[in-house]
Amino acid sequence: MAVQLEFLKSILYFSDLGLAELESIRKLVFEKTADRAEMVLLEGESAANLYFVASGVVKVFKTSAEGKEQILSIVRPGESFNDVPIFDDGPNPASARTMGPVLLYGIKKNDMEAILRDHPKIALNVIKVLARRVRHLVSLVEDLSFRHVIGRVAKILLEHIGGEIGRGPRLTQQEMAAMAGTAREVVGRSLKALEEEGAIRFDRHRIIITDKEALKEIMEVSS
Amino acid sequence: MAEMPVIDPQNCDGCGLCVGVCHCNALAIVNNIITIIETVECDWCTDCEAVCLTGAISCPFEIILQKP
Repeated sequence: MAVQLEFLKSILYFSDLGLAELESIRKLVFEKTADRAEMVLLEGESAANLYFVASGVVKVFKTSAEGKEQILSIVRPGESFNDVPIFDDGPNPASARTMGPVLLYGIKKNDMEAILRDHPKIALNVIKVLARRVRHLVSLVEDLSFRHVIGRVAKILLEHIGGEIGRGPRLTQQEMAAMAGTAREVVGRSLKALEEEGAIRFDRHRIIITDKEALKEIMEVSS
Repeated sequence: MAEMPVIDPQNCDGCGLCVGVCHCNALAIVNNIITIIETVECDWCTDCEAVCLTGAISCPFEIILQKP
């Protein structure tokens, strides 16, 4: 399937370009397909390509030495990933895995450098993309470093215990994030941490508080 | 009846991202609106909720205390 010019035009990087310029860039774009749960990038490896999601969704994440995962971003159609190492010559700062079948458009690092030289007006849009990325990551750093989200998530759980199965209030992770003043990704990590502490366990659509005292303690220590 | 994610058809723009990430094929686009196909294999991974930009699909958790 040929790379669509309309799609290239919809990508912020190339939104200011005319059809002739897009046509010249299209020749440098390659397609890559991947199935669900395929690793597209590995943290620490050298960066070869810049990717744009054409269809599907990709999860960009870091993994700790203990195997804990922190989602940095969810990349949807029209958005790019692996921008940073393409421009700073470093290794991939994070891993990327598909969340379902995906179609990616890739540009090799050397080709991207040539595109920037040949079409300098792209640079302003690249700066916009990178600036948004920095803003998002600064917000995430703030949440992870300075806010004791786990304590607030513990408090939210304690405050929303239902009396009987099927009768209690129900909360999405998005709602918990809004209540805790944080991002959904951070709530997900906090819930996993609480599960590892043995304070809760998941039973499909239920969060079962297995150790209320432990949950209270986490709430008091971390709030 | 298996508990399933909740759809808000008013907010669904039919983008289909949730269908692509659903590993148990519990979701389908019907007439440009996301539709749930009931299945016991839905393990409440919440990926569909995570990828939805319009808040049209949600996976609410019930919070209960384990009986002693």
